[in-house]
Amino acid sequence: MQTQAQSQTDTPAIEISRLNKWYGTFHVLRDIDLTVSRGERIVIAGPSGSGKSTLIRCINRLEEHQSGKIIVDGTELTHDLKNIDKVRSEVGMVFQHFNLFPHLTILENCTLAPIWVRKIPRREAEETAMHFLTKVKIPDQALKYPGQLSGGQQQRVAIARALCMRPRIMLFDEPTSALDPEMIKEVLDTMIELAEDGMTMLCVTHEMGFAQAVAHRVIFMDQGQIVEQNTPREFFNNPQSERTKLFLSQILGH
Amino acid sequence: MSETHAQTVAYVRDTMLPPAPPPVTERGAIKWLRENLFSGPLNIVLTLIGLGILWLLVSTIGPWLSHSVWNANGMADCRKIIAETWGPDATGACFALIKHRWNQFVFGFYPAALYWRPVLAFGLLFLALAPVLFSESRRARRIVLALATVLSFAIALVLGAPMPALAGMALLMLAWAVLIEIRPAWALLASLVYPLLAVWLLWGGSLWSEIAVLAGFGIGFGVWRAGARFGLFAVAAAAVVAVLWWLFLAGPVAAALAGMLPLRLQPVSSDQFGGFVLSITIGVAGIALSLPLGIVLALARRSDLPVIKLLAVMFIEFIRGVPLITLLFVASLLLNYFLPPGTSFDIILRVIIMVTLFAAAYMAEVIRGGLAALPKGQYEAADALGLDYWKAQRLIVLPQALKISIPGIVSTFIGMFKDTTLVVFVGLFDPLKAMADTIRASFEWKGAYWEPYIFVGSIFFILCFGMSRYSMYLERRLKRDHR
Repeated sequence: MQTQAQSQTDTPAIEISRLNKWYGTFHVLRDIDLTVSRGERIVIAGPSGSGKSTLIRCINRLEEHQSGKIIVDGTELTHDLKNIDKVRSEVGMVFQHFNLFPHLTILENCTLAPIWVRKIPRREAEETAMHFLTKVKIPDQALKYPGQLSGGQQQRVAIARALCMRPRIMLFDEPTSALDPEMIKEVLDTMIELAEDGMTMLCVTHEMGFAQAVAHRVIFMDQGQIVEQNTPREFFNNPQSERTKLFLSQILGH
Repeated sequence: MSETHAQTVAYVRDTMLPPAPPPVTERGAIKWLRENLFSGPLNIVLTLIGLGILWLLVSTIGPWLSHSVWNANGMADCRKIIAETWGPDATGACFALIKHRWNQFVFGFYPAALYWRPVLAFGLLFLALAPVLFSESRRARRIVLALATVLSFAIALVLGAPMPALAGMALLMLAWAVLIEIRPAWALLASLVYPLLAVWLLWGGSLWSEIAVLAGFGIGFGVWRAGARFGLFAVAAAAVVAVLWWLFLAGPVAAALAGMLPLRLQPVSSDQFGGFVLSITIGVAGIALSLPLGIVLALARRSDLPVIKLLAVMFIEFIRGVPLITLLFVASLLLNYFLPPGTSFDIILRVIIMVTLFAAAYMAEVIRGGLAALPKGQYEAADALGLDYWKAQRLIVLPQALKISIPGIVSTFIGMFKDTTLVVFVGLFDPLKAMADTIRASFEWKGAYWEPYIFVGSIFFILCFGMSRYSMYLERRLKRDHR
């Protein structure tokens, strides 16, 4: 117990060193070094095609990397399937297009992985699911199917589904970019609440207001590399590189 | 905006108009005719041609059907009755043939005293399927259970089943129906046992041999459970133990048990099978086996492991590239060359294996289509939640992919069921050709041509249409997108 507790406080949540990835011959990630400490909240920004989604998808091995090291919660990601499954059950992920399971009810969406991966009894899993559905403010929709919910509600279910596995780290891959403007706020509010609970979060997003309110660190990526990282205040008020300045002027310009 | 201008533009409705009926030409039958049959010159011509063809068909077939004779002792008798009633030139159908020989179309050469056994097996099929097919609707399930039980019993009674058999039937079917209602989970186990029960009812012999086969599955399952933590090794061990049991122990054990307590039905050999009993036996077995095999093949074809993928592709492409009749000839002639000398296994079993392989190859492609239609996000979400390959397939991917593929799967089923008539080429008595020819070969029904085809065709139609309707019902039931 002692060593486990120690490892939880001492080791960083995620350690990425000299990460490289290619799609065929296209070099998407180039020498990425990134250390995320526990409880840290990072927003990753950058133009489309800059590799930001690929980076966080590497963290739970939805994408395989070709060189470099990724250590998540003390477990290194290699071809070892056991390690991959272990990391995946510790890391929650929220997708741009929600990816809820349309053939299952909201409640079943949330209890499926706890029951089949964590081997938690159904009753207990359902209680946990209701707890998190209440937290994202849609407990009354538990018995409906995803197709009956609005986009914002579906994304909140997706967040609850990830939380039901009690992950140590949450990854968000553009969680609000497929949503109508009036639904973005309800999802961001949920994410802010989650941040206040001290969750380690990596979030790819274009919501700069969210970054300023929540992030400890903003990372700006371009052409597969980390171009700049800084605290949100410095990042927005005093950007250093020309590329960052251009990007900020484009997204904040109007 | 100026005041005067505002006054001229402003408008408030104070009485709401009631809805008015559309003009005469825009409603009811007139509208329908105009829109669907006479909407333009081309359409009018096509409608007239269509009506002409319809008239031709009705005027040719109509009299023949309306002059049909249901009571006669033979073709000659039949023709005499038609000539007497409708004049010497009249033509008419002689359905007396069907009335006289229906039992051969249905049961082939199955012993008449044992007709109740296929009937019971067919009735029990619905009891076995009801918990699976109608799991979503209690009402539909009850209707099916009641119909299957009552009809099987009534038919067996009419066909003159002996008293003990009737009593046994009633007891078994009622007990099973009650089990389905009270303990649905156990009823699924009973459904798994059904195939062996059906084999026993159809072919007869000692029940102990079926129990010994079942025990093999039980033993294999036990071995697998005992060594479950060794993963694939346990699966292999279970398979080996089960096969050893079937090869060396099952026979003697069954014989010994039969010596102590004979549970025997009069044996019926495979060459006595014929008609719809044969078609339905092969069809149902083929359907039940080809779906799981097709799923495995479809998954194998999409596998990341090159060897497995290559094997699946080769199998599917080979089977799809070869006519079914070729495979049936292989089953009837060649297969015995590859088996150890002295073993001869049943021709119907061999045909079932070939039909299954054939249907499974098509099934695999249909299911592969369903798998490909699933958005990539579903796989990613399952992965991201930490589900391993098999769990992801079973819980997330297959339920959705199979639902998408229902129309294709049922089409394959229907096609396969109709293809069972091809067994005529390996000397089995299918209802369409072999049975019809047999009956026509008899002296009194010589010259009957259309009647057997119409009868057999309509029964095939009813069965296939039933499957098709069920697939539509299932699609409606499983609809989850609520759009």
